[in-house]
Amino acid sequence: MAEQTSPVRVTYDYVTRTIARTLGTPSRGYFLLLGAAVALLGVGVITLLFLLRYGLGLAGYSHPVYWAVFITCFVFWVGIAHSGTLISAILFLFRSGWRTAVYRTAEAMTVFAVMTAGLFPLIHIGRQWYFYWLIPYPNERGLWPNFKSPLIWDEFAIGTYFTVSTLFLIMGLIPDIAAVRDLATGWRKKLYALTSIGWTGSNEQWRHYTRGYLYLAALATPLVLSVHSVVSWDFAMALVPGWHATIFAPYFVAGAIYSGCGMVITLLTPIRRLFGLEEIITVKHFENLAKLCLLTGSIVGYAYVCEYFIAWYGGNPNERAAFWYRAFGPYWWATWTMIICNAFLPLLLWIKKVRTNITALFVISIFVNIGMWFERYVIIVVSLAGEPYEPWANAVYNPTWADWGIMAGSFGWFFMWFLLFVKNFPAVSISEVKEVLAPPRSKASKAHV
Amino acid sequence: MALTLPKPLIDLLNAPPTPGVLGVFSQLDGTTDAIKKLRAAGHTDFTVYSPIPRHEIEGALGQAVSPVRMFTLVGGIAGCSVGAWLTLWMSADWPIVVGGKPVGSIPPYVVIMFEMTILFGALSTILGILFNTLFAARRAGTILYDPRFTNDRFGIFVPAGADKVAKAESLLRDAGAEEVRRG
Repeated sequence: MAEQTSPVRVTYDYVTRTIARTLGTPSRGYFLLLGAAVALLGVGVITLLFLLRYGLGLAGYSHPVYWAVFITCFVFWVGIAHSGTLISAILFLFRSGWRTAVYRTAEAMTVFAVMTAGLFPLIHIGRQWYFYWLIPYPNERGLWPNFKSPLIWDEFAIGTYFTVSTLFLIMGLIPDIAAVRDLATGWRKKLYALTSIGWTGSNEQWRHYTRGYLYLAALATPLVLSVHSVVSWDFAMALVPGWHATIFAPYFVAGAIYSGCGMVITLLTPIRRLFGLEEIITVKHFENLAKLCLLTGSIVGYAYVCEYFIAWYGGNPNERAAFWYRAFGPYWWATWTMIICNAFLPLLLWIKKVRTNITALFVISIFVNIGMWFERYVIIVVSLAGEPYEPWANAVYNPTWADWGIMAGSFGWFFMWFLLFVKNFPAVSISEVKEVLAPPRSKASKAHV
Repeated sequence: MALTLPKPLIDLLNAPPTPGVLGVFSQLDGTTDAIKKLRAAGHTDFTVYSPIPRHEIEGALGQAVSPVRMFTLVGGIAGCSVGAWLTLWMSADWPIVVGGKPVGSIPPYVVIMFEMTILFGALSTILGILFNTLFAARRAGTILYDPRFTNDRFGIFVPAGADKVAKAESLLRDAGAEEVRRG
């Protein structure tokens, strides 16, 4: 609980006012950050226009590597999206009190990361105007999608995930928007009155709301585990050595949560500083996130060991060759970046001094993001580049300016939405942070909450 | 200060105003005491406001479990059925053998059925919450509210006509309300 570690008395009123204060007129620093995000997005948009005009040949695709940076970014962003629902739904079911201070940021990150991820399959198909062919709709030729294809599973999984995580975010926001509405003035009051859809905190509202929230969490929990499993089957269902492994689903889910927790730390550190939320988001919260990183990072490290062990022990020469190619082929630098960032770096988090040092955590979290991007790059690009079935066609793939431009644009798109969100809606849950505080009582009987 | 009710949806439904008394409490135990006294005095239709959900309030009110769970269940089952129908019927409508597997093969379709269960379950849960809260608001009518209820105060609104209003007022005051208003 925040009140035990800080000199400020954290009361209900303090929580409401501190979080409501984050919504005031933005500082110049905020506009600079927003401007940078929009500029990055501009780079992406211009690159996309070039891709539309001149075709996907501008990207570095070369036979047999036809899934490359765009798909890497897709998996990366879907992965980022995973810790949000872990923190908001799974930890909710586990009754972890510490989640309350960080879950809103994580959830917003989830929604915007899925929004970012969803762009990549569209960019990757090249002819965006035919995207609706993925959707089962009655058409004149009587054709339907192939439901045995993992790509269609993926569409359903990502679509459901986006819908449910957005609903979950909006639902958690309603009581907080009402709290902000009751303090706000002017046009903001009108905006919040409209978006809080009549929330007053009456007993009937709470009765249905808390029950519904519980069921949404219960639905979101298997969903979050399923989504990245389905994403992993995009690869595991294919016969490419390095992809065709049963470990892929748990391996991808652990990696997703690892990268997501890393991104939450990356985002929370500046927000806490800029908005003066030190009393609400404490070192304890960062330490808990670091522990999640340590746990999932260890699972990822274990999965790497497993993959290499099975490649050797399984005795399949193609599999062995693929993993040898990964570690010692032309992409050795990508593989070793991934192994160092994901399997060795999190081991630093065993040390309490590192876990409780926010600067150190911020630096580590950036390396977590880099490492997890390279993990997807290695799995996708390197497995395809070294695939053994058409050895005459193997070519080293190199990303071009178009790949990097689209990737930069995706970061701009993500950060633009995130920055707009944290300035316009409460970035920390007001009502749930209060839930872990002792309620005001007149009698001496202070039952522990 | 003038009270404006920021409840556009209720205004939309045009719930008639309800006369009664509003008590503002700064303590949780005062609120639960008042709830118990009101129930002992035979009141059943009062509204309790709180900034956060508390089990103490729920316990004092003795509310039944919300019917939202039925919405979740029905939505989930409907979603699973839609997923099964979608995949099996569409496969049968244009039968193509893919990968040497039966036209209607269940294992890959389980993924779609699962996702549709979650999707429909979540959507109908949200509808269930909206439907039930709007219904409750409609039943209670337009009632007094105070902006402090989303911050750090608890509140109880007791609907009471001219004959009972004085009694309800003194009951709330006795339980420790720091402020009592008629509306």
